[in-house]
Amino acid sequence: MDKLKLEAYWNENKKLTWITMIIWFVVSYVAAFFAAELNSITILGFPLGYYMGAQGSLIVFVVLIFNYAAKMNKLDRKYDVEEEEEK
Amino acid sequence: MAKEKSAFLDNLGRIYAMYTVVFIVFVLALAVAEQMGLSSKIIGWTFMGVTIALYAAIGIMSRTAKVSEYYVAGRSVPAFFNGMATGSDWMSAASFISMAGALYGNGYDGLAYIMGWTGGYVLLAVFLAPYLRKFGQYTIPDFLGARYGGNAARSIGIFAAILASTTYLIAQVTGVGIITSRFLGIPFNVGVFVGLGGILVCSMLGGMRAVTWTQVAQYIILILAYLTPVTVMSFKATGNPVPEIAYGQILQKINHREAQLIADPKEQEVKDIWKQKAADIDADINALPGSLEAKRQGLNDKLAALPADSPAADREQIEKDIAALPKTDAEAKEAWTKSKAAAAKAGGPLKIYTTPFTNMDKANMLALTFCLMVGTAGLPHILMRYYTVPSVKAARSSVGWSLFFIFLLYFTAPAYAAFARHEIITNVVGQSFATLPAWVAAWGKVGLFTVKDLNADGILQFAEITLNTDVIVLATPEIAGLPYVIAGLVAAGGLAAALSTADGLLLTISNSLSHDLYYKMINPKASITTRLTISRVLLVVTAVLAAWIATYKITIIVELVAWAFSLAAAAFFPALVMGIWSKKTTKQAAVTGMVLGLAVTLYYMIGNRFYGVNWFGIKHISSGIFGLPVGFLTMWLVSKFTPAPSEELQEFVEGVRYPRGSGTASDE
Repeated sequence: MDKLKLEAYWNENKKLTWITMIIWFVVSYVAAFFAAELNSITILGFPLGYYMGAQGSLIVFVVLIFNYAAKMNKLDRKYDVEEEEEK
Repeated sequence: MAKEKSAFLDNLGRIYAMYTVVFIVFVLALAVAEQMGLSSKIIGWTFMGVTIALYAAIGIMSRTAKVSEYYVAGRSVPAFFNGMATGSDWMSAASFISMAGALYGNGYDGLAYIMGWTGGYVLLAVFLAPYLRKFGQYTIPDFLGARYGGNAARSIGIFAAILASTTYLIAQVTGVGIITSRFLGIPFNVGVFVGLGGILVCSMLGGMRAVTWTQVAQYIILILAYLTPVTVMSFKATGNPVPEIAYGQILQKINHREAQLIADPKEQEVKDIWKQKAADIDADINALPGSLEAKRQGLNDKLAALPADSPAADREQIEKDIAALPKTDAEAKEAWTKSKAAAAKAGGPLKIYTTPFTNMDKANMLALTFCLMVGTAGLPHILMRYYTVPSVKAARSSVGWSLFFIFLLYFTAPAYAAFARHEIITNVVGQSFATLPAWVAAWGKVGLFTVKDLNADGILQFAEITLNTDVIVLATPEIAGLPYVIAGLVAAGGLAAALSTADGLLLTISNSLSHDLYYKMINPKASITTRLTISRVLLVVTAVLAAWIATYKITIIVELVAWAFSLAAAAFFPALVMGIWSKKTTKQAAVTGMVLGLAVTLYYMIGNRFYGVNWFGIKHISSGIFGLPVGFLTMWLVSKFTPAPSEELQEFVEGVRYPRGSGTASDE
């Protein structure tokens, strides 16, 4: 397989991974770090700091993973490295 | 055979939908029978009997003699169903029964468990799962062996997999014993072995294939069992049947009521009594060894002084008290230190529920969250599940489905905790002892919820309640006024959670021994029959050993489970991630990194727990926070000074990075 093409594929993957990890970090650790401050805001009846730990971050995690999967599948097709359709 | 299998796979959705409907009808039928006078004892037995028989039946139907079926379910599990199976594989007895209670007790800080045990799946999705699937062998040590060559990395992998999985397995078997003994009224030890039968029939005959299809069935039961009581409770308390939305307003009521309780002089009175108790115990500890002897002497004197015609109950009580005294000074110190801490906690200030960092400081809460996340992404029994899907593409979305199914339970747990706390601080606290709700007495009888009028004012104060965390989930059906059949359903759900996790762990351990140690390292020429026979025998031996250890009810097991996450984080995560993401990581680097990471983690765990070692005030439960960077750094550094991996190995790494050519399982 073409080395250069694979390298470009891998670089795009790395970029997507970085973006995913930054969002992951912000909704969990940054939100927890400032939980006390966020608690002064109320959202859907919840103190925001508590909400992020109990629900908000979890919802983002689920969305992040499905988004990553979809983007990667698209990337596979773009660089022509997707799996053979034999099944 | 092949035809029959594909017919099953083609109709998975319909089969499990029908199964769900039949199960709901079964529960409803039992509910009707209860109204017509069926006793709760029979309901309990029916639930346990029917569900265990069901799992065993799936196990028998999925029996197999093919290697790829036994180890990776033929790599034919669709992403969606692998997600469900991973969900129940992941959610243990502790997630199901104890987690809501931990949230009840720890308020915001307990959310470390909620975020920690879900956030790890993001790491899994982007760093590991798709690449492990592309690699496509049978176990995690397989990957370490292939990537780093030779037996050194594989051996450490085997060691760490067994270390992390065994304690976890014992805890699951203990959970099975607790649930069966509580609901069936049989002795704990018998309950352990009853559950063991259910685990073995399933995993022994069909390996991963049977475990997978049983875990899907178990997921459906456990999620129904978890969501039903809290939904009713939510509707009753707020008029909104979606607990996850409704508990927002409940949180505000809790905070408001807690502010009232903090200002209540009666609460303060009780707290002072607790403080005095803590001081008394402290004095006893300082007066050791004399104080233990004095207590024993005192009780013996009391027994001797009892008039001959006094009731037998009095005598028995004193004899019981004597028997309950610690046997040695060391035991006394350990036990009294614990009760001193409990008394001091009860006497400490009441914390506002949603205020962060009141039970754990910020550094510890963040460190714990981090260790649980990375540990999740390093636990072999979870990683292994992504070998069972048909493609890399499926592996990617399967992680998403896994987290979605786990999320359904995890984002409900805080609602359980909030409703229970609201019920307790508004409808139980402040009542006179004569008018407490009936469930309080019921759970008091089994020792999970105790109230004692410490200041003798006839009114229950919050500080007068001592509860076991398990009571939050277990008592919710009764608090919500639901019939006994729902309590039975919850027990069946807890059992499903414990059994499904035990199945996955058991497979991990026996595969490490039979596949990695025996086949790959000792006898590579072994025939398929030999390999599978050895695997099945080891499975039985491991299970019986775990059950046997569980009958001793060693209290430290609970702590050891929390340690498993830090151990998995330090042992596996750096070596796996570097193996995929850095071509330059050498064998020597990986081996030194794994050993040092594990060593630092173990050193801190044991040092902090038993010998007062303290780095930055981090608790032993988060030891991985030190081992993990040590592992990564070592791997990076050593790679700089050792000869680069061979051209062939670099090609191999390149190969796992893109999906093409993932193929299907060979049945060698």
